[in-house]
Amino acid sequence: MTTDLRPNPLRDLQDRRLPRIAGPCVLVIFGVTGDLSSKKLMPAVYDLANRGLLPPGFALVGFARRDWAHQDFAHVVHTAVKAHARTPFREEVWQQLSEGIRFVPGEIGDEESFNHLAETIADLDEARGTGGNHAFYLSIPPGLFQTVVDQLRSHGLAEQHPGRWSRVVIEKPFGHDLASARDLNRIVLSVFPATSVFRIDHYLGKETVQNVLALRFANELFEPVWNNNYVDQVQITMAEDIGIGGRAGYFDGIGIARDVVQNHLLQLLALTAMEEPNSFEASQLRAEKQKVLAAARPPKRMDLYTARGQYAGGWAGGEKVKGYLDEDRIPPDTRTETYAAIRLDIDNRRWAGVPFYLRTGKRLARRVTEIALGFKRAPHLPFAKTDTEELGYNAVVLRIQPDEGVTLRFGAKVPGTQMEIRDVNMDFAYGEAFTESSPEAYERLILDVLLGDPPLFPQHEEVELSWEILDPVLDYWAGLPEQPEPYEPGSWGPRSAEEMLARDGFSWRRP
Amino acid sequence: MIINLEGTSSAKISAELIRVRRSAGSPAQGMVLTLIIVCDDSEFPSALEASMAAGREHPSRILLVVTAPGRNAALDAEVHIGEGTPGEVVVIRMRGAVAAHPASVIRPLLLPDSPVVIWWPGKAPRNRADDELAQLAMRRMTDAAASPRPLAALKARAKDYTAGDTDLSWTRLTPWRALLAAALDQYPAKIKSVSIESERNNPSADLLAAWLRTRLKVQVTGKVSGGPGLTSVRMGTAAGDIAITRPDGLLASYAVPGQPERLVALKRRNFTELLSEELRRMDPDQVYEHTVKSLLDGGPKKTASRRAAEKGTAKKGTAKKGTAKKAADPARTAAKKTTITTGSR
Repeated sequence: MTTDLRPNPLRDLQDRRLPRIAGPCVLVIFGVTGDLSSKKLMPAVYDLANRGLLPPGFALVGFARRDWAHQDFAHVVHTAVKAHARTPFREEVWQQLSEGIRFVPGEIGDEESFNHLAETIADLDEARGTGGNHAFYLSIPPGLFQTVVDQLRSHGLAEQHPGRWSRVVIEKPFGHDLASARDLNRIVLSVFPATSVFRIDHYLGKETVQNVLALRFANELFEPVWNNNYVDQVQITMAEDIGIGGRAGYFDGIGIARDVVQNHLLQLLALTAMEEPNSFEASQLRAEKQKVLAAARPPKRMDLYTARGQYAGGWAGGEKVKGYLDEDRIPPDTRTETYAAIRLDIDNRRWAGVPFYLRTGKRLARRVTEIALGFKRAPHLPFAKTDTEELGYNAVVLRIQPDEGVTLRFGAKVPGTQMEIRDVNMDFAYGEAFTESSPEAYERLILDVLLGDPPLFPQHEEVELSWEILDPVLDYWAGLPEQPEPYEPGSWGPRSAEEMLARDGFSWRRP
Repeated sequence: MIINLEGTSSAKISAELIRVRRSAGSPAQGMVLTLIIVCDDSEFPSALEASMAAGREHPSRILLVVTAPGRNAALDAEVHIGEGTPGEVVVIRMRGAVAAHPASVIRPLLLPDSPVVIWWPGKAPRNRADDELAQLAMRRMTDAAASPRPLAALKARAKDYTAGDTDLSWTRLTPWRALLAAALDQYPAKIKSVSIESERNNPSADLLAAWLRTRLKVQVTGKVSGGPGLTSVRMGTAAGDIAITRPDGLLASYAVPGQPERLVALKRRNFTELLSEELRRMDPDQVYEHTVKSLLDGGPKKTASRRAAEKGTAKKGTAKKGTAKKAADPARTAAKKTTITTGSR
């Protein structure tokens, strides 16, 4: 951004009203006809423009197997923006955006299409003054990465020149096990330097996830108890109330552990459990995350401390729903899990002896993501036993979505002449307390890609470490002869998951 | 719902707020600040509307203070809560002798231990340091554009500046300033001159000129145009102008030497958006302070002499980088000093 020669006289660290605006650049989206692109990426681009965070010279190029002209694509973007953007639609913002919208029809394997793409981008560099800055968003199945990055290289689109940048953005899944993750990295890194590769885990763009860092490291209140002296268990939950919907082709054979645990849940675990970084610089943050992921280990007794399930047919949320095995295009004998629960232990001084329970599933009772730290009971209770019968354990719950915020749970006296103590919740609602309605995760992440700001993106070391944690569990499951345990749709998962916690004397929190 | 309280007191208003909240079954309080709005009867409707909208983004306790002269002291209140009202809104009408002691009414109604912001949508008190209500607040928002002589109003504000003051005519500039700063990020040329076109009597244009003059250390000329608001800013470089032109108050064209002209959305923002930006930060805005104060010594002559003085000190520095850094430093230390003195007062 700023030059090395002379600092910008209009910039001042104290001038915190001024936002960072990305430099002029081209964002090329591969797989632009996909759901993600129309529901998340295009609206996020518009929202950024509406908030004045995109530069005047910004261009959006779509690449897909469609026979579209530029204006057809512009129409598609227009529709997507109107339907899904967070901020109100404004004609002048649209005018600014639409000037730079281009479409390149073509096949990923086709030389001619990429020649056309390279020409389009070169034209834009000229017409929009984008100055050779390009970001390639690969919203396509990982199997096609090799072809695309090779094409980008052979057409000179991946070259790094001083004073301009070329970045590649990839979406999860980052492989389906350690070996494939390494392959994928090798492919991408053969063309782009590591600093130009942005892996999007949209969870990390969420305000509340970033708030985990603020809560832990900006306050004196929580850090002293954030360890095994006070915490006796941590539960990280990501539940969805929907089934697999139209994602049968993608989901079957992959399963929810690969889809969710490897990236989202392990990233949440890392942020919850890591030591304080020296600063919020990307390298420092990453170093701490890597350290804690390297210390996390899967259970020795897989049979006791992992659980998997498949949702059965039945009633969920007042609707009759199909079981996983009856979903369209799902083979009736598939062993793909739609629910996974795993106990992990972290071998360091802060967390030794504290189990971290991760669970995720489809067709659970409601859509919720949260991190709950359960505290030990007070060592001595100066009350009669009957007084505290209703008292559970204290908890700090970081609610990630949908009702973003923090809950503290503690005991309070029930009004009346008797001393009776019961649990109460103290809520902080994130949306309610702050000014801006929080930006969508993709807005933040796309802006960070364009600014070249990496702290929120996992590097390949983190990806590999998380596969090292998950691989043994997946191998164990693959070797089991039986089907995953069926669970009632709209419930909180299979019985084996309940038993898994009961073994340690805990139970799952109802989120 | 709206509850009318006639001939009331602060304690009764407080009790009513608690009662209504309880009966709504949601004692959880997510309000983050108290916003006091001081206006007269004629400004009241638009102030109420803007504050309701801003409250949607910043759940807060909004206290609208409407004062009027009168022979008999009277205190009436309207409590708006629930049903589309964000947070809590209380309209407090004071007449007669009570109107001379508004802080006695407002002080008990402030939310505990959270920021207090005051906004005068229309006329602001001449000496805000002596104003009872202004003293309750840590942030004080005025709007020079609402004054018949905006530049004079800004200068008056510069004279009695206290840490925490801002003016909405400064807030209105943020998108322009962001775009100008981004232009210099992309095209880091030495700026030789600046010209600004705007509507007559536009305080934002005065502030923008002052900002550019102090930051870039160049002469800034102003021209009157038909508006609306600011219509163009040109920064002259050796290779040509960096120009942002916005004739319609909506969409601007953006030109940088050697690059194609492009469009950029640059809408004039409404009060709600301005208030929301203001409420985002609770710390004093030192850049505003420095800018508004420079209106007092205004002329280009002084800037020139200051530049000479800086050059003198800079010669002792070794690298070119050092020079640039030092040039920014005097402003920074000056700003810091003021904060400390006002803070300890």
